Amino acid sequence: MTIHTQTGPVIVTRGLTRHFTARKQTVEAVRGLDLEIRQGELVAFLGPNGAGKSTTLRMLTTLIPPTSGSASVAGHDVVTGQREVRRAIGYVGQGNGAGHQQLGRDELVSQGRAHGLSRADARRRAQELVEELDLVAVADRKVSTLSGGQRRRLDIAMGLVHLPRVLFLDEPSTGLDPQNRANLQEQVRRLHEETGSTIVLTTHYLEEADALAGRVIVVDHGLVIADDTAARLKSGLGDLVTLAFDRADHAVVAAERAAARFDHTAYVDRDGEVVTVRATGASELAPELVTDLASAGTPVRRIEVARPTLDDVFLNLTGRSLRETAGETAPADSTEENDSETEEVAA
Amino acid sequence: MSTIVTDTVNVMSRELKPVWREPASVLFAMVQPLVFLGLFAPLLPEVPHGSALQWFVPGIVAMTCLMGASFTGAALTDEMLTGSHERLLVSPLSRSSLLVGRALKEVVPMLMQTAIILVVVTPFSFDLHLDGVLVGVAILALFSVGIGSLSFALALVSAGQEWLFWTVQQTLIFPFLLLAGMLLPLEGAPGWLQFASDLNPLTYIVEAERALFAGTWPAGTVLAGLAAAAIVAALGVSVGVRAMQRSS
Repeated sequence: MTIHTQTGPVIVTRGLTRHFTARKQTVEAVRGLDLEIRQGELVAFLGPNGAGKSTTLRMLTTLIPPTSGSASVAGHDVVTGQREVRRAIGYVGQGNGAGHQQLGRDELVSQGRAHGLSRADARRRAQELVEELDLVAVADRKVSTLSGGQRRRLDIAMGLVHLPRVLFLDEPSTGLDPQNRANLQEQVRRLHEETGSTIVLTTHYLEEADALAGRVIVVDHGLVIADDTAARLKSGLGDLVTLAFDRADHAVVAAERAAARFDHTAYVDRDGEVVTVRATGASELAPELVTDLASAGTPVRRIEVARPTLDDVFLNLTGRSLRETAGETAPADSTEENDSETEEVAA
Repeated sequence: MSTIVTDTVNVMSRELKPVWREPASVLFAMVQPLVFLGLFAPLLPEVPHGSALQWFVPGIVAMTCLMGASFTGAALTDEMLTGSHERLLVSPLSRSSLLVGRALKEVVPMLMQTAIILVVVTPFSFDLHLDGVLVGVAILALFSVGIGSLSFALALVSAGQEWLFWTVQQTLIFPFLLLAGMLLPLEGAPGWLQFASDLNPLTYIVEAERALFAGTWPAGTVLAGLAAAAIVAALGVSVGVRAMQRSS
């Protein structure tokens, strides 16, 4: 059931910028974003908290106006065509779309009515979504009594009531356990295949961006620092091989041998009894290296081989680890996501 | 135009669902007025003509209406915290319908609360004049739409600082009540107090309710009460719609 078959860009931004002022300090949350996203793409905005992901999403979903620059979604400007944009998009925010005092099914029907469905159609659509998202047992319960995973599925259902051309998901799996996170990703993937909707999500889970998105846009300090498929982003980085030895002098010999075996782009480091090698094709060369070292009288005691991750991509681009950065910039996060304490800066 | 109406009906019926499902929730706003009724009424002096309860009950009805409508923003605060308000802002529902639909819904708990009070007091020395009560309730309906809108506006501007909502609500509500002569007559009051009372729209509403609940129809008093309620409604809705339009 592919519903959306249009081609061409569905999201276009030109110099999209957003500033906040908090306590007389101007924070440039998003700085001159130029993007084109085509119909049917599944795109992840990846970056630490405070990078500008949510602010970008809030501009694209008409929640806040840009300070300068422009953006259009589904052919309509996010400032002058708010209502048309809202009709075309589904939005799953960081909180719960369904009111906690309401029944899940009532909220689905009410959302359908808000999008112009007749009462009967809204009921039918609610039932379809309840079944699709495995909510049959809980749809007629008060939302506040549902578990976190159930509520998140209900949120997704709320965003899908009108089969939106573009679905925005703001950190969809934050706060979910690994099992629920995997289920959610499976549902997003299936939805993308079945409807052909364009899906834009933000995440600070590398695994999520990696597993889900065809295109990863890495954002840091309000700027796009990389934009490509996950595979291509990682391709230049090489694998990481960690070798542990009984004695430090064994490790010294091994480091020399490893350096000789790989070309000059390889990166070899030794720390006590541990040698790390980062090089393209290191995974394939590792077995050979192990036998070679054994015959040289410096046997390897432990080996770990890791493919590059998006964390490595981020580290390579910024010199900082994504995980560390997420912790460090936590205060900046409140500036970005909680604009109630901040005032808008006029364009 | 028709979308505004459809949107407003949608918002209102969504807001009413929890009320129909748990009608006892309307009692929450009635706790204080019922305590006042129970503990104050026995202290009321005998009056020469008519009962003291007849004088006191319309004030309690207006107080309940004020309490209920001024609490209502708290529900929006919850929706802002949990995320459903944000979801509604991204939906095609117009901003004004998000406010007006909520404000109109306030009429329903007000009617339920008034009915409860009348059922409680009618067996005692209180005469029920149904025609007067109906007109009185219509005035209160306007008043609760206005106060409800102001309460929602307060919730919207208190975003991110939830303590602000209750602080402002609690600070304003008792002066507003007492200056309307709701519990004690303000007839021998000093000039400044009298002046403040004259500026309070609730004063005129309570006076109109007293006349109507007693089955009398002094045109000037009733029209003054109606005008005061209409002014509160117009002011409340315009402030509320503006606050909703700024919400993000």
